[in-house]
Amino acid sequence: MSELAIETAGLVKVFGDNRAVDGIDLAVPAGTVYGVLGPNGAGKTTAVRMLATLLRPDGGEARVFGHDVVREADAVRQRVSLTGQYASVDEDLTGTENLVLLGRLIGHRKPAARERSAQLLAAFGLTDAADKQVKNYSGGMRRRIDIAASILKTPDVLFLDEPTTGLDPRSRNQVWDIVRIIVAQGTTVLLTTQYLDEADQLASRIAVIDHGKVIAEGTPGELKASVGAGSIHVRLRDAGRRAEALALLGKVLGQQVTPDADPVALTAQLSGEDSDREAAEQASRALAELAAAGITVDNFALGQPTLDEVFLALTDHPAVEKEVAA
Amino acid sequence: MTATTTEQAVSTYTPAAESLNAVLAAGQAPPRPSAWSASVTFGWRALLKIKHVPEQLADVTAFPIMMTLMFTYLFGGALAGSVTEYLQYLLPGIMVTSVVMITMYTGIGVNTDIEKGVFDRFRTLPIWRPAALVGALFGDVLRYVMAATVILVVGLILGFRPDGGVDGVLLAMVLLVVFSFAFSWIWTMFGLLLRSEKSVMGVSMMVLFPLTFLSNVFVEPETMPGWLRAFVEANPITHLVAAVRGLMQGTPDAGEITWVLVSAAVLVAVFGGLTMRLYNRK
Repeated sequence: MSELAIETAGLVKVFGDNRAVDGIDLAVPAGTVYGVLGPNGAGKTTAVRMLATLLRPDGGEARVFGHDVVREADAVRQRVSLTGQYASVDEDLTGTENLVLLGRLIGHRKPAARERSAQLLAAFGLTDAADKQVKNYSGGMRRRIDIAASILKTPDVLFLDEPTTGLDPRSRNQVWDIVRIIVAQGTTVLLTTQYLDEADQLASRIAVIDHGKVIAEGTPGELKASVGAGSIHVRLRDAGRRAEALALLGKVLGQQVTPDADPVALTAQLSGEDSDREAAEQASRALAELAAAGITVDNFALGQPTLDEVFLALTDHPAVEKEVAA
Repeated sequence: MTATTTEQAVSTYTPAAESLNAVLAAGQAPPRPSAWSASVTFGWRALLKIKHVPEQLADVTAFPIMMTLMFTYLFGGALAGSVTEYLQYLLPGIMVTSVVMITMYTGIGVNTDIEKGVFDRFRTLPIWRPAALVGALFGDVLRYVMAATVILVVGLILGFRPDGGVDGVLLAMVLLVVFSFAFSWIWTMFGLLLRSEKSVMGVSMMVLFPLTFLSNVFVEPETMPGWLRAFVEANPITHLVAAVRGLMQGTPDAGEITWVLVSAAVLVAVFGGLTMRLYNRK
C-alpha cells in the first residue's frame, strides 16, 4: 500500500444531540482523488472541516501525512488547502486583491504576490475579471478563483467541498478538468460530492457517507456493482402494450421493472456483477425481446445508477435530507 | 455589458494543462510571514474594504459631527452659561464618547465577517492565529483616528482652544486610540460569542450607554449622589476622559495616564485571550 495522505480512525463530531460525524474511518492514498459521497446533512462538510483543522474532533483521530489535526494543526495547515462549499474568497475584493492578499499571507513579498496572482488569474482564464469584485463573478468564475486561491502555494492535500454544486454543466466540466490536472501533478484531492457521476468521473476510491457513518467504501466500479448496473428507460410507441412489455422484461431480465409516469414509458433495472458491459448486453437483449414480440420501441436510454439508487441499495432509505425534529 | 463579458469569459475558458502545470510547479512556499507582517496584511484588507464600500465611513464622520453639535448646544447654555466655555470642558469628553462608541462596530464587523467562507480560508493558513483579528483592528484604528480628527476640527471651528497645544492634543488622541484598540477586544469577543449582528448591537448598547453617560464626560461627578459617584469614579471611561482632558488642557495627570495604559493592557490580556479561545474553537 502506498503512503497515506489522510488517515482517520473513529472520527466523531457532535453538535448538541446530533452526531454529525459518527465514527468515520478513512484511508486516502497519496496522489489520488478520494471521493466522499453523500446527501446534504450526511456529515461530509463536518468531516472535511475537522481534517482541515477548522473544527476540533470530539472523538477519534485524524492525520494528514502523519500529522495529527489537533496536536500538530500548524503542520497540517502547512500542507492543506480548502475550497469550501461557499466561496472562500472575499467577495468585496477584486480577484487580484484576493490573490495578492492570500499570497502575502503565505509569505510572498508584494511584487512576488502580484506576479503569482497574475500568473494564476491567467491560468484560470480570469485575467479580464482581475479588477472586478468577486461578487460580480459568475458561479463558474467564482469556483475558479476559489481553486486558484487554494493553489497559490501548491498544497499536498486539497479539500474540495462540493466543488460543482450549483454549477452549469460547462463550468462543472472545467472544474473536473482542473482537478485532473492538479492531481496529475501529485496533489492529493479529497472531494465531497452529492453526485455519483462526479465521484465516478474523478475519484479512484469513494466512501459513501450517511448519517455520519461510512456505509460503503471502494472503487467506483465496486460501488456501482453493489447497487446493480443501472437501468434502461424505454419509450414505447403504443401505450396499450406497456403492460405486456412490463411482463416480458420482468421475465427476461429477472429484475424490477416499473411503469413511469409517462403512459408510454417504463424503466427496467439491470443486473451486472462487475461491468458496464454486462449491463449493455442485458439492455440489448431486452430490446431484442421487445422487437421479437412486435412491441415497437421509439426511444431508449441507459441510466447509470443514481445516488438515490446507491442509497436505496445500501440503506433502504432514499438519499433525501430528513427533517430533524428539534 | 458586464454580463456579456462575463458570459464570454465562462464560455471560452478551457483549462490548459500547460499553464496550470506551470502554476503548480511554481507553487513553492516562501518562508511564512511574521506575526506583524500577517497582521499588517489583514490591516490592508480592511483598507481595501473601506475603498470598495466607502459608505461605511459615515459612522466615523457624520456621527461624531452630530454628537459634537448636539451636546454642545444642548447642554452648553444650561450647564456652563456659555457654549464656548462649555466646549472647552466637553470636547475631550465628547471625543472619547464618540470614539469609544464607534468601537462597537468592530464586534459587528467580526460577527458578519466570520460567517463568510473567507474566514475558513484564513483559519487554514499557517499564520499567527490572532493576525486576522489584529489586522481588522488596525483598520478600525484608522477609523478611530478619523473620528477623533473630525471632532477636533468641528471643535476648533466652534471655538475649542486647547491650552495643551498641538503636542497635548496629539498625545491625547494617541492615548484615546490606544485605549480604544484595547477596548475593541471586548467587541471581538462578543462578535465571536453571539450569534447575530443584532445581538452584538444590543449588548454593545447596554454596555456603552451606561459606561459613557455615567462618567465625567458631561458634568463633574461632584454633583452626583454618592452611589452614582462611586460608579462614575470607578468607570474606566472617567479615567480616560480625565487623562485626555488633562493632556488637551495642558495639565497632564500622570496618574490618570498610567491608569489608562494599565487598563488597556489588562483589556487586551483578558479579552484578547478570550477572543482567541473563541476564535480557535469556532
